[in-house]
Amino acid sequence: MIIKLSAEAFEPFEEVKRFQEQQAELAGAVGATSIFIGTMRDFNDGDSVVSMSLEYYPGMTERQLEMIVTEALERWVVLNVLVVHRVGDISPGDPIVLVVVETSHRGDAFDACRFIMEALKSKAPFWKKEQLASQQSRWVENNSKGYAP
Amino acid sequence: MSIKVRYFASLKESLGCDGVELSGAESLTVQQVWSQATGQITLPDNILVAVNMAYVDQMAEITDGDEVAFFPPVTGG
Repeated sequence: MIIKLSAEAFEPFEEVKRFQEQQAELAGAVGATSIFIGTMRDFNDGDSVVSMSLEYYPGMTERQLEMIVTEALERWVVLNVLVVHRVGDISPGDPIVLVVVETSHRGDAFDACRFIMEALKSKAPFWKKEQLASQQSRWVENNSKGYAP
Repeated sequence: MSIKVRYFASLKESLGCDGVELSGAESLTVQQVWSQATGQITLPDNILVAVNMAYVDQMAEITDGDEVAFFPPVTGG
């Protein structure tokens, strides 16, 4: 398991490549890799958004992410997981989060990746503040539901 | 007894500081820590609480040396 918080912009596919290269011993065992990339939109709730800042709780954020991934490792047959999350100032189009799950079979890859993202959205202490085109700023108050009600 | 209280995000802005240190003799619940730290009687339902970086409910007991964090719903990812 690798969990990283990044104050700098990151390139998701470079991260995936590096992740795969670091664990050559798993190459023959991996039959499925699911990759989720969340990127910043330039709109939210009907307003144009020009930038965003992401606050977090140093120490607790990393710990929560570790607990979420550990739960995924207990619930599905998973070979390895990479999570990268941005903090600090972000621009539209920038990747915010990357989740990579490697498994032997696709069901575990899809399900564990989805679980990690949904748990991250509801439990990991990050908070977004948007700068709007209208010069106003506002805190995002809630994440949207990941599953249909 | 010494307790470190921390606030994050919109709560930090609305309270105008990032936390306080509380000291006193008696043991406290999360609810009581909130009241002593902020002067507000009731902890709002939507505020999340962590003690020593682990989520707890509002009735959790706080002990000497704990770090108690209050924050709004999380919005990462």
